[in-house]
Amino acid sequence: MIPFDFIYCRPDTMEDAYQAFVQLQTEGKNPYYYAGGSEIITMARAGSIRPGAVIDLKQIPQCRVLSLDSEELHLGSVCTLNEVKESKLFPLLALACGRIADHTNQCRITLGGNLCGTIRYRETCLPLLLADASVTLFGRQGLRTVPFTSVFDGRMRLDAGEFLVQVHVPRKALQAPHYHIKQTASEKIDYPMVTVAALWQDHFLRVACSGLCAEPFRSAEMEAVLNAQNLSGADRVRKAVELLPQPAYDDVEGSAEYRKFVFQTILEALLEEVTHGPL
Amino acid sequence: MVRYEGKTVVNLEVNGELHQLAVRPSDLLLDVLREQLGLTGAKPGCKNGDCGACTILMDGWPVKSCLVLAVEAEGHRLLTVEGLGGNAPVQQAFVEANAFQCGYCTPGFLMVCYGLLMQHPTLPEEYVVEEWLQSNLCRCTSYREIRKAVKQMYQKK
Repeated sequence: MIPFDFIYCRPDTMEDAYQAFVQLQTEGKNPYYYAGGSEIITMARAGSIRPGAVIDLKQIPQCRVLSLDSEELHLGSVCTLNEVKESKLFPLLALACGRIADHTNQCRITLGGNLCGTIRYRETCLPLLLADASVTLFGRQGLRTVPFTSVFDGRMRLDAGEFLVQVHVPRKALQAPHYHIKQTASEKIDYPMVTVAALWQDHFLRVACSGLCAEPFRSAEMEAVLNAQNLSGADRVRKAVELLPQPAYDDVEGSAEYRKFVFQTILEALLEEVTHGPL
Repeated sequence: MVRYEGKTVVNLEVNGELHQLAVRPSDLLLDVLREQLGLTGAKPGCKNGDCGACTILMDGWPVKSCLVLAVEAEGHRLLTVEGLGGNAPVQQAFVEANAFQCGYCTPGFLMVCYGLLMQHPTLPEEYVVEEWLQSNLCRCTSYREIRKAVKQMYQKK
């Protein structure tokens, strides 16, 4: 059980959601936006957080969109990982969704929850970083659509009370050759030791990574090295590993050195794939 | 906009019946099913979304009821192991394949397997079955028998 009470709101519109947030904040209720709920329930039960109110976004039509038009794929923030996966519209994102938690939990965890939550891996961000995705947010300024990278630097940087409405993926990236590998310490279902996602677009290899450092990243410097035709494969990998944007993560699941070793092994396999064709 | 504060009456559709229940917004669906409706088939295990013992179906898809607020379940069709009736093909298959030892995890596995059958009316590829079953743990390690039961379930339906 969750050993305290909170207020539960289920708005039908984006405006109502934001107004509810502002109102509850004014009342000192420490409101949380709520989607799948897995993380909030788990942390509330453990006493790690104590929301005075949750605002359930699942009833808002714009947050439930899952559609493809001539330009982009539009994914509502409360689409579950399973819905994204089953839609088969963005295979690389489907692979990422299919390796987060287990299948039953994938039927509850949402795209927005994975991106905006506090669990540091945020593995759905990797395909979005590679695909030049954009996001629509709702907050004090109303709706705004911005490049994903302008509000994500390993974690979402939203204004107070702002929430994620949709993710947009350019059509060009959807069917691009891709690669996804997740290495865990032992069990298949676990947080990643290292997850690498790659996309081959415009004859250029794009690479993003989670688990290796404290936060997920895509590095232009690392990609430049990995695409340097004047270097051997081994040299590219060695230099890429030296270009980590943050120190490698070091915990009981894996030491920093081991994580770098795993990353190096994955990059070697990735370049091998590239050598034999577009992934 | 729905706003619930304190004890509130909600309507939940469980196993085809509509129930009016007084719940707190922070009450978990698992606890409400067990303590207010007496549907003790869904089991508390880890209560952390890991073990799957509390699995039920919501609109035909499996969910771990320890990770759902009861108030969230309004407007959705809930199915617990009691709703299978006791003689469903999946239950027969589990009996015939001896797909349990202590039985604590069995209701959760039954619901995952029933959900698999609903979403994949014909036996899907092996990796799909594996993916679905990986959501649940059996500490008696009856995994081989459970896999056998899944195949028998498809033969029986």
